[in-house]
Amino acid sequence: MAFDKMELRDIEVWDGNFAAAQAMRQCQIDVVAAYPITPSTPIVEGYAKFLADNYVEGEFVMVESEHAAMSGCIGAAAAGGRVATATSSQGFALMVETLYQASGMRLPIVLNVVNRALAAPLNVNGDHSDMYLGRDSGWIQLDAYCPQDAYDLNFIAFKVAEDHEVRLPCMVHQDGFMTSHTAQGVKTLTDDQGYNFVGDFKPMNDMLDFEHPVTHGVQTEEDWHFEHKARQHNDLMTKVLPKIQTAFDEFEKLSGRKYNIVEEYDMADADVAVVCMGTSVETAREVATEMRAKGIKAGVVGIRVIRPFPFEQIKDALKDVKAIGALDRSSPNGAPGMLFNEIAGALFNADTNALLSGYVYGLGGRDLTKAHLTDLFTELQANVDAGKVTTPLQQFIGVRGPKLSFL
Amino acid sequence: MSEMKKIKNLKEFSTSADRFEGANLLCPGCAHSIIVREVLNATNDDLVLSASTGCLEVCTAVYPYTSWDASWIHIGFENGSTAVAGAEAMHKALARKGRLKQPDRNPKFVSFAGDGASYDIGFQWISGCMERGHNIMHVVLDNEVYANTGGQRSSSTPIGGSTTTSPAGRVSYGEKQNKKDMVSIMASHGIPYSAQVAPNKWKDMVKKIQHGFAVDGPVFINAVSPCTTEWKFDPKDTMYLSDLSTDSLVFPLYEIIDGHELNITYRPKNVVPVEEYLAAQGRFKHLFKDEYKHLIKEWQERVDKNWAYLNRREEARV
Ligand SMILES: Cc1ncc(C[n+]2csc(CCOP(=O)(O)OP(=O)(O)O)c2C)c(N)n1
Ligand code: SF4
Repeated sequence: MAFDKMELRDIEVWDGNFAAAQAMRQCQIDVVAAYPITPSTPIVEGYAKFLADNYVEGEFVMVESEHAAMSGCIGAAAAGGRVATATSSQGFALMVETLYQASGMRLPIVLNVVNRALAAPLNVNGDHSDMYLGRDSGWIQLDAYCPQDAYDLNFIAFKVAEDHEVRLPCMVHQDGFMTSHTAQGVKTLTDDQGYNFVGDFKPMNDMLDFEHPVTHGVQTEEDWHFEHKARQHNDLMTKVLPKIQTAFDEFEKLSGRKYNIVEEYDMADADVAVVCMGTSVETAREVATEMRAKGIKAGVVGIRVIRPFPFEQIKDALKDVKAIGALDRSSPNGAPGMLFNEIAGALFNADTNALLSGYVYGLGGRDLTKAHLTDLFTELQANVDAGKVTTPLQQFIGVRGPKLSFL
Repeated sequence: MSEMKKIKNLKEFSTSADRFEGANLLCPGCAHSIIVREVLNATNDDLVLSASTGCLEVCTAVYPYTSWDASWIHIGFENGSTAVAGAEAMHKALARKGRLKQPDRNPKFVSFAGDGASYDIGFQWISGCMERGHNIMHVVLDNEVYANTGGQRSSSTPIGGSTTTSPAGRVSYGEKQNKKDMVSIMASHGIPYSAQVAPNKWKDMVKKIQHGFAVDGPVFINAVSPCTTEWKFDPKDTMYLSDLSTDSLVFPLYEIIDGHELNITYRPKNVVPVEEYLAAQGRFKHLFKDEYKHLIKEWQERVDKNWAYLNRREEARV
């Protein structure tokens, strides 16, 4: 039985979850193994309904936990087919062991991560704490700022992950509720356009080719483990960004929508810049424009590719600014924020004297308002004027009670 | 469905296929390899196999070598069953989409795992696979201990067994709990077939494996796997230990069809006293001290009671 195509309008009103589910449908996943968790659940629910309505073919395996979801995805991917799933927060945490297994076995699985805080205290809303658990797991990590990105980046994710020179799993992140549950106009591809962009799945070392039996997931100790890990890291560091760039270019030709490894906004002559991810990028862009009207040359650097971390592009984007605010939406728990650290790492040997400050914001779904960002840009400008960081290196934005700041 | 493989005698059987090579790092006398060969040799069909972390896995796929001449995967300690279930799901999906490379083949999906990987940490994954009805066979290599990590107790370790985490000592006789009844638990999922097998009773094993491969849906096989290292016996005695376990009825051989209908498949002509089974293994040596001798009596009573229970179930077809 053949499945039915779906007629889409050029622009549909979708939230980020449904946008991801639609992209998964258009990529025609062979196996989805999934377990529900707020706020990512509607992705797999949407996919299940597409199956139930014959808009897609394949197997949907509703397993008994997120760990099993990724385990099933690993077995399915090793068998040789297109595989995807979705999760958030505690589910992501439960998956962590398997994330390393998937990437170590070089299996091109796509995981939609709808970012959410980690308990305790229990919280269903968005922050980026969960994704940091996965940042060293060998996955490619792409970040969506809005439902449109969530849709588009899924196509990019499959294309890059399944490339035989890459063969690494890929996550697409979006902000819990703010992106996942906020409906916006999403420009669509037709089913044929979407599928053809990603192309047919081309198996490699697949377990269902009985003429060529394969052994997956071997034991290595000190004699070979390092070589495997080094090769995997090398491929991540050297092959992935060019592949992503090529995929972005091709996608632009197809859709007219341009993505960049690092999204620069008003950076050409900026004195002060914030570096951030997710929905805060759009807010920051709006405020940067307002700051320019007030005479502060503000810019925004949006991180599009979290792993591999685009050091060169970051360095390049920030080479002329005088003060930088790194915005971290996760609890640093005993260190400067992750973005702060990585920006600092990228700039350490760069030819710049930029003043770097770290801001922790938005934990557990707390809003980052335009007023917060106005203050932040103003503070960065004050640092520029003073020629030094005038405030603590690490501050918490909008947290109740006495002001929290450190370092 | 594919033809069932015909097997005439042990000699032919033992050499009839070589998808699991003799070259591996398992201890001399390890029953794991015997069981694996018996399972694989029961069919000529293509195989998709997994092994959970444990002795079998670490001893058979040490890069750049492999003992497996069939598709094989290892992910982790707990999730081998789900890996095979994922592969089975992919097979179904690709069959429906007409994308199988060899569409005329009828592969069998088998996950091998130790008792630790099955009774304990992997319990949830196996239960999920059974409940969802994947067309897979899960085979437990039940050596009643975590052998690969040096002999810790599992929930399959029988009462009185001395392990590194339930050691016998001046005031302890070792493991305090009774062995978990996994076959009943798995059968309670209503799966089409579950059974206990032993490597010494190879004809019985082949029959059950072939039955398992022939049914549609999940199959659970619990195979007793005498471990020379942790049970502490001479490597040449593996089959003797296996004989003792089945003939003492410590490890009775039976099957459960569709979650009910229990059949006992082996009735020893001469039932061996449990004491003899215990005496043959270093792990029970301390039970023969005066202060613990009552435990041997209790062992015998427990085994008798269980045998009577199995007989009653067989008679009542439940
Ligand atoms: C999540 C996790 N916990 C613990 C371990 C360590 N570990 C590896 S194998 C093993 C015991 C295996 O025992 P069993 O499943 O009975 O197989 P056997 O080695 O006895 O054949 C343990 C505890 C692991 N690999 N992964
Ligand atoms: S320790 Fe036991 S189970 Fe492990 S390889 Fe040796 S005999 Fe086999």
